[in-house]
Amino acid sequence: MKTATRWFSRNLIRIYAVLGFTYLFIPVLYTFVFSFNNSTKSNLVWRGFTFNNWRNPCGAPDVCNALGNSLKIGLLSTAIATLLGTLIAFAIGRYAFKGRSLVNMLIFLPMATPEIVMGASLLTMFLNFGINPGFATIVIAHVMFCISFVVVTVKARIASLDPRLEQAAMDLYADERETFRRVTLPLLAPGIAGAALLAFSLSFDDFIITNFNSGNVNTFPKFVYISAQRGLPPQANVIGASMFIIALGVVLLGQFVGRRRNGAI
Amino acid sequence: MTDASTSAHGDVILSHLTKSFGDFVAVDDLSLVIPEGSFFALLGPSGCGKTTTLRMIAGLEEPTSGTINIGKTDITYQKPYQRPVNTVFQNYALFPHLSIFENIAFGLRRRGIKDVKEQVDKVLNLVELPHLAERKPNQLSGGQQQRIALARAIVNRPALLLLDEPLGALDLKLRRQMQIELKWIQTEVGLTFVHVTHDQEEAMTMADTIAVMNEGQIEQMGSPADLYDNPETAFVANFLGQSNLIKGLIESSDGGSNIVSIFGHKISMPKSRSHAEDASVLVGVRPEKFRIQPAGTQMSGNILNGGVISDVSYIGVSTQYQVEMPWKQELMVFEQNDDGVPPLSKGDAVTLSWEPIFTFGLDGKEDASAGSEAHPDED
Repeated sequence: MKTATRWFSRNLIRIYAVLGFTYLFIPVLYTFVFSFNNSTKSNLVWRGFTFNNWRNPCGAPDVCNALGNSLKIGLLSTAIATLLGTLIAFAIGRYAFKGRSLVNMLIFLPMATPEIVMGASLLTMFLNFGINPGFATIVIAHVMFCISFVVVTVKARIASLDPRLEQAAMDLYADERETFRRVTLPLLAPGIAGAALLAFSLSFDDFIITNFNSGNVNTFPKFVYISAQRGLPPQANVIGASMFIIALGVVLLGQFVGRRRNGAI
Repeated sequence: MTDASTSAHGDVILSHLTKSFGDFVAVDDLSLVIPEGSFFALLGPSGCGKTTTLRMIAGLEEPTSGTINIGKTDITYQKPYQRPVNTVFQNYALFPHLSIFENIAFGLRRRGIKDVKEQVDKVLNLVELPHLAERKPNQLSGGQQQRIALARAIVNRPALLLLDEPLGALDLKLRRQMQIELKWIQTEVGLTFVHVTHDQEEAMTMADTIAVMNEGQIEQMGSPADLYDNPETAFVANFLGQSNLIKGLIESSDGGSNIVSIFGHKISMPKSRSHAEDASVLVGVRPEKFRIQPAGTQMSGNILNGGVISDVSYIGVSTQYQVEMPWKQELMVFEQNDDGVPPLSKGDAVTLSWEPIFTFGLDGKEDASAGSEAHPDED
């Protein structure tokens, strides 16, 4: 009895960690497992194991069209939001100008606004301007809410950048452009890349704002939501699981490259 | 890319250089000439304007007024990358994302030089770190980073190399070693070095000429020996080493010497070493120039009687005495431990003496403690 108590108290933190991770990963595990479910209509009950869904991920109607739209929207919004956000971050992080603290505060507002409110107002705005919701309005909406996150992420990186490095570059015959290209940009790259990944995942993931502003255009989250009412095809799980594996791969690759670059210290 | 390291060479001439930040004048009408090929130190406490001066020479700060010339070329308003000037930054500022090789090659490549390998290898050999070429800066120790920062600057063979407290981050032993090495490298490459530091020992060890700066102006300029042996102001006397400054009155003159009365004692001081404007004078004696003997011993030279030892500290090579004089001033005396002196202890009555030629005289209106609170040994 006593040894059992001692074992328990000694391993309490491990038990706690295992429970925590279980809680986090059970839904992911569920997605994986049910991507192999041999279901035809609804993917709620286990009906046996099959590779068919993985062999034919586009098997369900419209799933790959929706996925393609989501990827296109994600990439485009990420590119625009990352570019604009980085420029804003530079302005706030590097230059003193009138109204800087106001800009600094305003940039946080979209993050604090409830998505449902933002989605509805955007739709009202588009309709008032006579713009039909579709691919373009989705991208505009996504860029809008991604920018704040990019600004915050890149700004943090700029703040940690030692200005003496840029001075050293200028001292070593690099003009403003060369300094930016050879020193500033490479040093900010990890921050900008992180911001871009964040923006992409936010865009790819977004349902609420997209649902308001997408018109007839289908995106992957929208597809999942709509099909869930009729019975989610296992292909949705296949795509979800694939996204998870790809994301994991990117993270591992990033770690690997980072470690190789810094070498063993 | 503009070819920066072209024509400009020669002495570096600062004239009437001023830099204000709002109401604060960091550098105040500074004029000086740094001879080509010399190792020049700007020495002063923090906030004296030495770093601002350096940054103006580097082009990282624009002067409020005044000009900077290298030889006949006016570089006052040139961009940093247009000047034949390179800097070794205080915290080295090595590019963390580039290898050591690429760090050193950076300046060469920006000037459009394609074949950099030979020059980079040569300078890596000069700083004795050829095996580190492929490493990243964060894999190097502080001392190694310091040398790479130096290599990155001198590989460009600038007309002028600026060193901003280059040894500040190193520990004492490494600092001593690097002082000798820096001096050697400067002689080897023959470039003009301008070294900014608050460490008087560092300046004295390396520089041919030292300019002592205080509150944006130059207090005194000269060789280390000049400044130490014959300081012209109380600030210099106290900032470079330690000084005993005793109030006195010049009473008469005797050939090349002044006779000064110090609280009833008559001492002699060479006129050439007196910087007093009138009769009121601060008589200066360096602590190690004093001889100390039990009261009553026959002594020659300038003599001060009536001292009582108030403190003794033994520090190996020498013993430091605090001696309280009848006029309630504590004098410092450093005596070599080479058995010339009998053991003296606290409370002993002593007589102090020194050779008249070691005396220096400062203007009596000066604050005798100026510069001592800024002393780097005490911060």
